[in-house]
Amino acid sequence: MDISLLLTLMVEFFKTGLFALGGGLATIPFLFEMSSKYHWFTTEMLMNMIAVSESTPGPMGVNMATYVGIHTTDSVIGGIITTLSLVAPSIIVCVIVAQFLKKFKESEMVQNAFYGLRPAVCAMIASAGLGIFVTTLFGEEITMNINWVNVILLILLYFFAKKFNKLHPIVLVCICAVLGIIFQL
Amino acid sequence: MSEYIELFLVFARIGAFTFGGGYAMLPMLQKEVVEKKKWATDEEILDYYAVGQCTPGVIFVNTATFIGYSRKGILGGIIATLGVVFPSIVIISLIATLISNFSEIEMVQHALHGIRLAVCVLIFNATFKLFKTGVKDLFGILLFIFSLLATYLSLLPTIVIVVVSAALGIAFQLYNTRKEV
Repeated sequence: MDISLLLTLMVEFFKTGLFALGGGLATIPFLFEMSSKYHWFTTEMLMNMIAVSESTPGPMGVNMATYVGIHTTDSVIGGIITTLSLVAPSIIVCVIVAQFLKKFKESEMVQNAFYGLRPAVCAMIASAGLGIFVTTLFGEEITMNINWVNVILLILLYFFAKKFNKLHPIVLVCICAVLGIIFQL
Repeated sequence: MSEYIELFLVFARIGAFTFGGGYAMLPMLQKEVVEKKKWATDEEILDYYAVGQCTPGVIFVNTATFIGYSRKGILGGIIATLGVVFPSIVIISLIATLISNFSEIEMVQHALHGIRLAVCVLIFNATFKLFKTGVKDLFGILLFIFSLLATYLSLLPTIVIVVVSAALGIAFQLYNTRKEV
């Protein structure tokens, strides 16, 4: 295997992990940059990798790193190396931050900061939920045509989840995947 | 069972069934980490999420590192993260080497549409639960509405909202203590 290619991949994905703030979508511009700098893959291939990463489980950024690694080196080892390079900065930074937080957890300043952060984070989660909700109701391109089938299914699903609230989220995901295939949603 | 193995397995399980980005992992985290293992409280999950937003990289990975670290130190953080990425590596390896047009397969599309309904309901319930933990007074409600508008309409970058809300929290509590004195 080409060692210098592996090293370049390591550096590029470490950089991506370090500078991509805000999750999977933030890694996409870095991948476009790689494609124009090294010609590892065409834009079309990249679009395909993004589509696959979105339709498979797991964090999108991690999925894309694995895919790019395998694609450029033609081996699974490349995928493992790019993925580990992507998450290495996260681990290092988070461990440092966690140590800092442990030390100052009781401090009033940190407590007060979290007092403000919690409602904001709730809102960010709600916003993500709202985004998925709107896509489910109106489709990918926002049109005024409400997808009534989805509305009814959502209401049914909501009460189903409420009634069986001990149900594991994984089970609900699996049931819905099967229903999607059966009813050709 | 050693807690390291448990950390790995729990996060691998969550990683294998999380569709649609970091937020979709929340319902699983609540079920596995808060309810079943009692490794963290709802409140702590919110705090990890908040910090995970301002630290670089994938939010899911950051949250896993925090929880792993809180249980078993640095090695715990590393192992939890390896758990998160393990299913991705396996699944993407299989798809990349075997099926080149995976996302275009009709059955996959139908399954994903079904899953999106599940994720919708799951995130709604998760948000509702976290809202009760995180939003406790009028200050919280106002900050929630402000952040929801700012995020949903993409008025401000996430990092700005995080910094502003932390600063507002500090300022508001400071104002409260001053008033009492």
